[in-house]
Amino acid sequence: MSNTLTASGPAKPAVDFDWKPLLLVPVLALLVLPVIGSPSTWLTLTVAGLAMGMIIFVIASGLTLVFGLMDVLNFGHGVFIALGAFVATTILGVMPGWTASPELWRNLIAVFAAMLVAMAVAGAVGLAFERVLVRPVYGQHLKQILITMGGMIIGEELIKVIWGPQQIPLMLPEGLRGAVIVGDAAIEKFRLLAVLMGGLVFVALAWVLTRTKIGLLIRAGVENSEMVESLGYRIRRLFVAVFVVGSALAGLGGVMWGLYQQTVIPQMGAQVNILIFIVIIIGGLGSTGGALIGALLVGLMANYTGFLAPKVALFSNIALMVAILLWRPRGIYPVANR
Amino acid sequence: MSGPLLTLAGVHTHIGAYHILHGVDMAVPRGQLTMLLGRNGAGKTTTLRTIMGLWRASAGMVTFDGQDITQFATPQIARLKVAYVPENMGIFADLTVKENMLLAATKASHARDIDGQRLNWIFGLFPAVEKFWDYPAGKLSGGQKQMLAVARAIVEPRELLIVDEPSKGLAPSIINNMIDAFSQLKAGGVTILLVEQNINFAKRLGDHVAVMDNGRVVHRGSMAAFAEDDALQQSLMGLTL
Repeated sequence: MSNTLTASGPAKPAVDFDWKPLLLVPVLALLVLPVIGSPSTWLTLTVAGLAMGMIIFVIASGLTLVFGLMDVLNFGHGVFIALGAFVATTILGVMPGWTASPELWRNLIAVFAAMLVAMAVAGAVGLAFERVLVRPVYGQHLKQILITMGGMIIGEELIKVIWGPQQIPLMLPEGLRGAVIVGDAAIEKFRLLAVLMGGLVFVALAWVLTRTKIGLLIRAGVENSEMVESLGYRIRRLFVAVFVVGSALAGLGGVMWGLYQQTVIPQMGAQVNILIFIVIIIGGLGSTGGALIGALLVGLMANYTGFLAPKVALFSNIALMVAILLWRPRGIYPVANR
Repeated sequence: MSGPLLTLAGVHTHIGAYHILHGVDMAVPRGQLTMLLGRNGAGKTTTLRTIMGLWRASAGMVTFDGQDITQFATPQIARLKVAYVPENMGIFADLTVKENMLLAATKASHARDIDGQRLNWIFGLFPAVEKFWDYPAGKLSGGQKQMLAVARAIVEPRELLIVDEPSKGLAPSIINNMIDAFSQLKAGGVTILLVEQNINFAKRLGDHVAVMDNGRVVHRGSMAAFAEDDALQQSLMGLTL
């Protein structure tokens, strides 16, 4: 049969993109500029917030798909963050010649090696986590919460067994220390790398989700997994793949978070977990675009309030989430109908 | 192979604590159109979902082309060339019409890989699918969504097409399109099982009829004979054709 269509120019859709949420990040940044006063301080805080947001996005992007695709409440996602960070301490620890080198390319190779190994380990542990803990409790939310939180506690204890219970420094390689001076503002080099990495992850995810059949299946599965199965696709296999990729991304985010904080502790995953769930709720279940905007808002809010009113910083992101949900009760770009 | 394409023998289905199907027995003859009728709550949709493996039969047997599919997972059943259009149409609202069609074309990686001749035939049956090819499916009207749902189900050749209430809420002109489409599919040898509330629709298309009540098939026979028997219709369904 011919593959030629006789379509006489199918109608083109009117531009109907919901652009309002895209304004949130610049609006928030510009609103605080007069409050902060100093443009250089504002620039430093903004870049720090964007970097933090990008790292949170890397961690949250996989989880939002897991939520959306299979309606699984994985409260154990944080363990992959901690695992990635601790793996990075080992990998960078065995590459002192690379991390101490004054040559930037050697530093970057060390960091990328740590990221790749952390992603592989977190992905493999994620596979076991899904098979052993998540699979028996599909469709049972309360059990999902309990068993995944239990899994995270066990994971933290295993990390203590392997790396010890103490805080471990995760020093930046030589070439990534210090700051770039822009005008009067000092912008830390690693934060620029974090923004770049987050941007790359977003572009890669967006490409897969919008340009490939796998991405099409994921988007369809987030919306109606039963119908995807009725079309002949095994959604469970797709879900396992997404879970593994999500775990690997959490491992990558853990490396970035550890380098951002320059120290790692076994409980770091649980600490970041709260921010991730805020981001997913703000962004809308199953939406990577929403997760990006949510993560950037959370990162900026944390940095601005940490500078302007440190006592408020503790609950500023909760207030942000409440404000967003009052505006859009299902989040910025909800995909999953739950 | 002769004999019915699909048979259900003593099928029981439980949904949670509720016992919905109480031993459904029915056969869907090859190459013909079987109407599954019955009052609301009779168990028609549950029967279709049980055939598709979306709800598991707790007893009894579902056979497709001589093969026991009772314990098959839904994707396995779909890959036997069984297409299902649920009552809510199952349209992916956030995807475009093109993407909805591409999903159903299991062997195609891109829209250009979809069988062009078949697609042109579908465009002829349902012009709205071509007209709104690049539109988000969620923006379509109810009738257009139903057209897309059926078009998506037939984007690849099927052995069995199962559709739950295709005429529900549709304008008469669109119902005529649906009747044309099902007639052409039947003429092409596709076996069709329709759940329908629109009796005129059923009368115009059906070869066979099965009427359900309280989770059982209480009448089986030809549509023509059923349509002529007012007393039977009244007793089974409380209405007249």
